[in-house]
Amino acid sequence: MFDLTGMTALVTGASGGIGSAIARALAEQGARLALSGSNAEKLEAFRAELGGDHVALPCNLADGAAVDQLVPRAVEALGKVDILVNNAGVTRDNLAMRMKDDEWEQVIKVNLEAAFRLARAAARPMMKARFGRIISITSVVGATGNPGQANYAASKAGLVGMSKALAQELASRGITVNCVAPGFIRSAMTDVLPDAQKEALTGRIPAGSLGEGADIGAAVVYLASKEAGYVTGQTLHVNGGMAML
Amino acid sequence: MSETADRVRKIVVEHLGVEADKVTEDASFIDDLGADSLDIVELVMAFEEEFGVEIPDDAAEKITTVKDAITYIDEHQG
Repeated sequence: MFDLTGMTALVTGASGGIGSAIARALAEQGARLALSGSNAEKLEAFRAELGGDHVALPCNLADGAAVDQLVPRAVEALGKVDILVNNAGVTRDNLAMRMKDDEWEQVIKVNLEAAFRLARAAARPMMKARFGRIISITSVVGATGNPGQANYAASKAGLVGMSKALAQELASRGITVNCVAPGFIRSAMTDVLPDAQKEALTGRIPAGSLGEGADIGAAVVYLASKEAGYVTGQTLHVNGGMAML
Repeated sequence: MSETADRVRKIVVEHLGVEADKVTEDASFIDDLGADSLDIVELVMAFEEEFGVEIPDDAAEKITTVKDAITYIDEHQG
């Protein structure tokens, strides 16, 4: 089950914490990857570490014209793109009253607009192939909200609505469009939190611990698989029970 | 009938799964041949591939009948 041999995937934000875990999980199931990210050096280091026959495609997701070229570049490098994983995301946290226009715009542009541009470009070859998987990584805060993250929460909720619309447009062509919504995942960011804060955080999680990147990777593998072909327009929450939606 | 027309009709028959004799030049993709908007997008993609022409979105919107497609392709083919 969940064998991805012969399939290809484009993963954005692939050198980050969750992105690299997703890439590892897809590669372990046999998929060949185009790894994208904004930091070319970090990306190349990760590609080398991953081994295999994967390619690195650096791209600045804040640049619309560059984003429009990313799917064609991936098709050129891999021959096709069966799976698109919109994982890249940025935060520019601030209380709404203090939030600058560019803090709002940057987050929407990278987290939401780039995901739309990539999905639009990928839909074309996927439609021809009568197969495709578009998976966007959203967040528990897209469903629950979070103070200081009006921009981020809006971008993540936006991905859910966008995916539902795309799912309806593309379902008849064998293309599924879904989201994975991580809760608190252990990362370089959470590792540096003071113990007291970590305890307060895990106290809100029925599972009693933070999630791991691999938990998200496994959810993405499932939605990418042939076995999940009848699942579309859904959001899979992976959060240890901290929000049951 | 021109060579373009024959090839266009063949693509329409294949993509929409309709009887060849229903694909007259005046037939509307949506009203007569049962296409939906996604089918039109696919047809345009197929025309682009078959004839090596680029059909921009604003032109594609105006292609509603078999004849529209043939005319556009004949006018824009290298």
